[in-house]
Amino acid sequence: MSILEVKDLHANIHNHEILKGVNLTVNAGEMHSIMGPNGSGKSTLAQVLARRESYEVTRGQVLLNGKDLLAMKPEEAACEGLFMAFQYPVEIPGISNAYFLRAALNAIRKYRGEEELDAMDFLPLLKEKMRLLEMDERFLNRPVNEGFSGGEKKRNEIVQMAVLEPKMAILDETDSGLDIDALKIVAKGVNAMRSADRAILVVTHYQRLLDYIVPDYVHVLVDGRIVKSGGKELALELEAKGYASTEPASAAAR
Amino acid sequence: MATAATERLRNYLDAYHTLGANASRQPAWLRGLRERGFARFCEVGFPTTKNEDWRFTNVNAIAQTPFCLARDARRSEATYSDTLDACRIPGAACQLVFLNGRFASELSDLGNLPRGVRAGSLAQAIAQDGASLEPHLGRYLNLERDAFCALNTAFIEDGAYVYLPRGTVLEAPICFLFISVPGNDPEMTNPRNLIVAEDATEASIVEDYVSLGSGVSFSNVVTELVAGEDAVISHYMIEREDRQAFNISTLRTQQARSSNVTSHSLLLGGGLVRNNVHPVLAGEGGECLINGLFIGNGTQHMDNYMLVEHASPHCGSRQFYNGILDGHSHGVFHGRIIVHKDAQKTDAKQTNRNLLLSDDAQIDTKPQLEIYADDVKCTHGATIGQVEENALFYMRSRGIEETDARSLLLLAFANECLDRMKCAPVRDYLRDLVQGWLPGTSHSTNGNSARAGEVARRWEEVG
Repeated sequence: MSILEVKDLHANIHNHEILKGVNLTVNAGEMHSIMGPNGSGKSTLAQVLARRESYEVTRGQVLLNGKDLLAMKPEEAACEGLFMAFQYPVEIPGISNAYFLRAALNAIRKYRGEEELDAMDFLPLLKEKMRLLEMDERFLNRPVNEGFSGGEKKRNEIVQMAVLEPKMAILDETDSGLDIDALKIVAKGVNAMRSADRAILVVTHYQRLLDYIVPDYVHVLVDGRIVKSGGKELALELEAKGYASTEPASAAAR
Repeated sequence: MATAATERLRNYLDAYHTLGANASRQPAWLRGLRERGFARFCEVGFPTTKNEDWRFTNVNAIAQTPFCLARDARRSEATYSDTLDACRIPGAACQLVFLNGRFASELSDLGNLPRGVRAGSLAQAIAQDGASLEPHLGRYLNLERDAFCALNTAFIEDGAYVYLPRGTVLEAPICFLFISVPGNDPEMTNPRNLIVAEDATEASIVEDYVSLGSGVSFSNVVTELVAGEDAVISHYMIEREDRQAFNISTLRTQQARSSNVTSHSLLLGGGLVRNNVHPVLAGEGGECLINGLFIGNGTQHMDNYMLVEHASPHCGSRQFYNGILDGHSHGVFHGRIIVHKDAQKTDAKQTNRNLLLSDDAQIDTKPQLEIYADDVKCTHGATIGQVEENALFYMRSRGIEETDARSLLLLAFANECLDRMKCAPVRDYLRDLVQGWLPGTSHSTNGNSARAGEVARRWEEVG
């Protein structure tokens, strides 16, 4: 069953068209990767899916679990099961990681008609996920992302993902700026999230991450369209031959 | 024009003479002080915006209004019980209540203060023990400063008085509640407060200004705070009067060597509010912290004027002011630091951060450093911004609704100030109070108080 269906998606920013007809289907249990050269629209795609309002969708449809994603506000999309791990996570002074995550989890639980968790019940859950991502417990009471290194910020994104348990997780260039050790920890966290009822979309520029987070499908995004799709070998092929080796004219979606 | 000015002056002249007649039992030294105050007021009149210190604040509305001295507002206790309950700070050492500037013992809770500690009415202290007040009352405030200080001095009648004998350590705060009860005519009060903290004392003192009912009132406040050597004193000023109220206040502190004085101000209410904080670091090694938060909405005008004087070497001062302005409100921050010639090794820092929540909100922020010594460290900075859009989006992307996310961000901003308050009973009380005043909650035009209340409850429980 499909968690995410993107149909002929066109999107602008500042009247400049970035996405020129993206087609993509991600089913439950699948891990897809989108790769592409700089300026191809990878981050735009991720931001549009996360409902960033500065992007204007001019054509197309996106369904999240069969529901119209483009009609949703960011908080609605999150409550419907979407999660995006940001490329540049924001610092929020004055709000602790623990407080923030509990507020988020409870907002989602409330939306679903589930009981909210109090601090006592929430803390062990959070600590367990932090251990998985090898984050020091001291981060609990630190303001969100404040003073975190690049690697710590990215790991914090995965901690959040682990706590919120989304149906559709999008990782936007999660590997950028990470050294190999941090990369491995992040991959461990992401892999632990793979399950039969969850779909994951990894947006990445470099193939390296995909050695650790092995995708089922790889799509190449060039100039706002998916021009080629394949299995995990496609990533290695791109690594060897570069993005120019793909045919810009054809757009094949799986 | 001249006739109108004379008319208004006559108003004050009449009031002054009436007061003089009623206050004939005030000691000679006090009557002399009041005379000097009145003479100075007549000499200078109310400031205009041509006066640099008042450039951003037009007090014409005060100048034009024929204020008379506030009447006695004693009524049965039943009228005040709601206000007293709402304003009671749990854990306070005492709650001393003033109605229209006069001490109301029947409404006050004197608590159980240690022997030798005085906390109560200035008028009573002058009557019972005037000689011990004479070395301090009026000795620090500069009448030349502005007309409001002179006017307050002219009309000294009552106010808060605190005396802490050497070595007194009080953990529970001493709380003064000033209730303005507007009448049919515009009335003014001139609360005069005096806090004398001897060497090695520690205490927290709260001045809370509220209104009972709506109407034009003018609270013209002066507080002199004298801190002895090694004294550690925290002063809290809360302004939450009616939107038609004028409130001009001056806190003048005098710090002896190694003393540590913190002044916290929280401006929430009032229509035109000006809070002056003027510490003088007179002894070596003194520290002062001036910590303020102002939240404006509608057409409120909130002016924060600091004048920190480093008069001695090795002193440190910090000014942290956060402003949140919505609607058509106007905030002002004027931070002056004067480092006198011999004040070497001064360490002074000033920061003003402002959030503008609407297109019509306005902030004027002006640092002013006058440095006459040559081995000092002085820094200043100001930021003006809106609620951080990226932070807002980040929170929403995690499922937090937009109004809750905004509230959380505003609360976090306000908490920068509240976190610097070290007296836990006061800080906890003010956290709850501030949450209700943030834009997007019950006191602002947008009634969303249930939401904010939920957010507030969760805030106190660390995840």
